[in-house]
Amino acid sequence: MHHLHVPGDSPVHRLAPEAKLVGLALYVSTVALAPRRSVAVFIVAAVALAVVAGLARLGPRTMVVRLVPVAPFLAFALLVPFVAGGERTEVLGLRLSVEGLWAAGTIGAKALLGASAAIVLTATTPIPAILRGLAVLRVPAVLVSILAFTVRYLDLLADQLGRMRDAMTARAHDPRWLWQARPIASSAGALFVRSYERGERVHLAMLARGFTGAVPVLDIRRAARTEWAAALAPALAVSAALVVMPVLR
Amino acid sequence: MIIGMHAPDGFLEPGVAVATGLLALAVIGLCLRRASGELGDRQIPLAGLAAAFIFAAQMFNFPVAAGTTGHLLGGALAAILLGPWVGTLVVTVVVVAQALLFADGGLTALGYNLVNMAIVPAFAGWALYLLFRRVLPANRGGVVAAGGLAAGTSVVLSATAFSIEWLFGASAPIPFDTVFGAMVGVHVLIGIGEGLLSALVLGAVLASRPDLVAGARDLSAAQLAAGRQVPVRTFVVGGLLAAVFVAAVVSQFAADDPDGLERVAMDEGFESSARDHALTASPFADYATEGIDDERLSLAVAGVAGVTVTLLVGYGLASASRRLSPAPAAPERATPVG
Repeated sequence: MHHLHVPGDSPVHRLAPEAKLVGLALYVSTVALAPRRSVAVFIVAAVALAVVAGLARLGPRTMVVRLVPVAPFLAFALLVPFVAGGERTEVLGLRLSVEGLWAAGTIGAKALLGASAAIVLTATTPIPAILRGLAVLRVPAVLVSILAFTVRYLDLLADQLGRMRDAMTARAHDPRWLWQARPIASSAGALFVRSYERGERVHLAMLARGFTGAVPVLDIRRAARTEWAAALAPALAVSAALVVMPVLR
Repeated sequence: MIIGMHAPDGFLEPGVAVATGLLALAVIGLCLRRASGELGDRQIPLAGLAAAFIFAAQMFNFPVAAGTTGHLLGGALAAILLGPWVGTLVVTVVVVAQALLFADGGLTALGYNLVNMAIVPAFAGWALYLLFRRVLPANRGGVVAAGGLAAGTSVVLSATAFSIEWLFGASAPIPFDTVFGAMVGVHVLIGIGEGLLSALVLGAVLASRPDLVAGARDLSAAQLAAGRQVPVRTFVVGGLLAAVFVAAVVSQFAADDPDGLERVAMDEGFESSARDHALTASPFADYATEGIDDERLSLAVAGVAGVTVTLLVGYGLASASRRLSPAPAAPERATPVG
């Protein structure tokens, strides 16, 4: 989990997390609302994102590495012009669907912009700060607390599962086929039991420390108006482009 | 990662995003209330640990064939282990964490991602589990088999839900038939892996702490000890046969494409006739119904599929609070297992 945050002291890092969360949500929403052929809107959005990433001193390599989950959808987008219907045009000797090309570009642009914006958030905001931001934004406290525990124990459980796999491999179990998956499943089942029991122990530990049912949120600093303005700027830029571009056309 | 599952931003049109978002909010709100009723203040660490477990399990590859690997989705498994309210909550947290922290899934896509990966698999999975339990013997083997079958089918239902969402909010000119055929076809195969793995994990948990399996609370210790286990190979072969059958049926439907010239003519003809007696107030995305030759058949299939998914999720929601009560057994001292 610690590897998600890129330590730094840029203006973006220093912004209040609740402002960044709202800024992210609005930016992503405006980008997602862009109609099919709004190339100019995507350009404005990309420039705004690049500015923010630049201010945060996040290099392209950092971004690209974290964009891996988007790759399958980019592959799907590449397929669309071949599979889609409608009138066709000729590109580099291949007959491709016109609407399909536009759709592929749109899907790709929205996927990349949305994911990149989320990456900028996690790179500039430590997870405890993100959770505090969610709490300030009135996300149900129970949900935020559960999320906190999930994140806290994810590394530990993933490690445990990894060690179980290592132990199996050390005992010459190297499965290639689905029906050989029983030992893996048994390990997973054992891990579930251990995780649940750990949860019960954690609960007792919390009770012993005076847990009353809600996790107290400490150290809330109210964000200044300028912080909100800065955080909302990218979304405003994209909204402006959304409104202005059809008029200009 | 499976296409259409952790969908990115803008993959479906805003109308669908908003509608599924509202649905997800409503169901999750309900889950939060019911979970706190079931678990009390234990819910925070327990649900957190369970979510961490599901998240970690999803990261792990299990072998499928000759070096290729797959991932567990875990919605139905979570519902059977933890009960549907807590199970849905747990998978919801996983999906939200993935979108917010790992850029795996768009934030504006959370509505349909949550419906497809949390709500449908958990509630429809729970409904299917209850239905399968009725026809299977009331012992450990029955629980494991019902769990496996429910989990495998829940994956197919998840793909079906996505296809129906595509019908209303397609973002690319790919007809519903193609998406439905491809998604359901692929996920029938994925469902075999999911079903088998879920069954095996269930079996492992039942062996050590059967009290942790919410779906087995109606069984006594004696009943749990009984039951022959279905051999793994039988399960896989049976699953493959079912998959081949379903894929054959579905592909007939999806591959009904006229060839090039005919298609152009049909498109032109369709275009002009569409202007005359179009479904002008159609809620369906233009893209998704483009190029469907027999629109009525496609919509009929979509209707049946949609109704099935909705009924199962509804049954799951309705039965979610019903306590599985132990059947009246002969008086014997209940010995804790394990």
